Amino acid sequence: MTFSAHFDPAAARLVLQGDCRMDDAPRLARALDAARAAAPAALVVDIGGALDIGPSWLLRCLLADLRATGSRVELAGREPGHFAYLDEIGARDVGALPVPQPVTPIAWLASLGAGLRRRVGAWYEALVFGGHVLTGAAVAWRSLKRLRIPSIVRHMHETGVQAIPVVAVIALLISIISAYIGAQQLRPFGAEIYTVDLVTIGVLRELGVLLTAIMVAGRTGSAYAAELGVMRLNDEVDALESMGVNPYEVLVLPRVVALVLVMPLLTVVADAMGLAGGALLTSYLLDLPWSQFMMRLDSSVSDTTFWAGLVKAPVFGLLIALTGTLRGLQVRESSRELGRLTTVAVVQSIFLVIFADALFAVYFLEIDF
Amino acid sequence: MAASPPVIVARDIANRFGAQVVHDGVGFEVGAGEIFGIVGGSGSGKSVLLKTLLGLRRPDAGTVAIEGDEITAMDDQELRAIKRRYGVTFQHGALFTALTVAENVILPVVEVLDLDEASLERLVELRLRMVGLPLEAAAKHPAQLSGGMVKRAALARALALDPSILFLDEPTAGLDPIAASAFDELVLYLRDTLHLTIVMVTHDLDTLARTCDRVAVLVDGKVITDTFEGILANEHPWIRHYFHGDRGRAARRRAEAGRGA
Repeated sequence: MTFSAHFDPAAARLVLQGDCRMDDAPRLARALDAARAAAPAALVVDIGGALDIGPSWLLRCLLADLRATGSRVELAGREPGHFAYLDEIGARDVGALPVPQPVTPIAWLASLGAGLRRRVGAWYEALVFGGHVLTGAAVAWRSLKRLRIPSIVRHMHETGVQAIPVVAVIALLISIISAYIGAQQLRPFGAEIYTVDLVTIGVLRELGVLLTAIMVAGRTGSAYAAELGVMRLNDEVDALESMGVNPYEVLVLPRVVALVLVMPLLTVVADAMGLAGGALLTSYLLDLPWSQFMMRLDSSVSDTTFWAGLVKAPVFGLLIALTGTLRGLQVRESSRELGRLTTVAVVQSIFLVIFADALFAVYFLEIDF
Repeated sequence: MAASPPVIVARDIANRFGAQVVHDGVGFEVGAGEIFGIVGGSGSGKSVLLKTLLGLRRPDAGTVAIEGDEITAMDDQELRAIKRRYGVTFQHGALFTALTVAENVILPVVEVLDLDEASLERLVELRLRMVGLPLEAAAKHPAQLSGGMVKRAALARALALDPSILFLDEPTAGLDPIAASAFDELVLYLRDTLHLTIVMVTHDLDTLARTCDRVAVLVDGKVITDTFEGILANEHPWIRHYFHGDRGRAARRRAEAGRGA
């Protein structure tokens, strides 16, 4: 027999028919709410079947609420089986459910202060982190063994060699796009030949290294944060520390060194593919033969153009690696933290890369590089 | 109680991973209101057996029936309905770390039933009371709880839909003796008052001696099922080694003292 619950306000009668399993709780809860809202001076509850513990508890809560307001409650029909048990556990003193505090000005001020303190704490933590990495690097500098070459090589393989395909394809496509748009815009002026300048200078100075950095931030920055974050959650970092091993030396330094070494190499790949893409498109679009492209390239590019892009690469690598590892090590307690900090790592490292790029642009302009 | 049909019937279960045979004809019955312990050495396939009973893994041969419904022959849709009849706790609690205790405990209800906020809150209070957790724990996150409280919160979540069967994986592992024996008491209390059928995988000899009506020992891909005393009398060398080592003797002495009192 399926369960049904009905509250009759006129007769002040709550009729429950059939067995009430936990699955029937919503139907029961609606009838109980109707009875609670009506708040009759006297209520008869007619129980027609067995009740599971959850439904029994909900019914018992209603009875307690009504009795508290002074109404008389009578039970008719079957004896609800779990009431004795519920009375027993209900009588235990286990405190009360915490109620969310209403927001008072003082509470608001306190939460503002707590937020500020967290912010300052995060900066302090980043500072401490930087100090640890520096001292780790200083110690490692003195002996090759402490630099953990195998670990560095593994990270170089994972963050560098395995990233070559995606970096190459992205650089090729972006340079094709910029060459295409450049040629279209310059044609009305009869200045299509400057498409070559546009692509080569653009790729070598900015696009090659910037695209590589953004790809690496997405690929490696997130991987660093997630790896270290999971190690944090598994107490692996504490395990290292308990062995007297410096986690900054073992976990952070190899990753940072690997990325600093790998970023320039990836940038060279991106530059080469970008130039190839430019050459490809100009030869199709402008009927510019390969040899002419090379000649034009030679005249448009100065000695420093290539280096102006490349010197930025290790700096970007350093920023990405430090952000990723710092955020990873900040993970505490929960899987949601892990997701949040991985996102923060990627967003912040991309932001830092672009910010640093802007500073480089101003600086290079000033020193005429 | 003896007249009622068994709640769980496992017959001739075989599980293989490649050439490695984990179970080869494992079978037993668990009666209503019984606390049934499963023991075995590392690698004897306790976890695999538990997954098979839960319907999370299909055995290579054999059948499992829960309350007369053969879950090994069911499709996923039917299985989902059966899964509401049992609650499970995992060895490390498996509480969702991103949610508060209250949200963890009520999650199964929120997922399947359409209930109002006030009723959900009342049910949170009920489940916390059932497992003896202080109600202020409701707002905490799992990381802020002690080991014993994590186990209790996990049990509260397992009880959320009023299951008739409980599966407990290593319920007392990692607890101090006081917390472990309190948990044993809780399990016995729930069985006695609510007549739950409880299947537990455990290494804790104290828990086995204290709570379990019958014990299944997994050895050599087979199962030996008997009362705790019956298992103690068994002549199998591995069982003798397991139960008659120093720790086994001490647990037995304590259990006898406890039951005599």
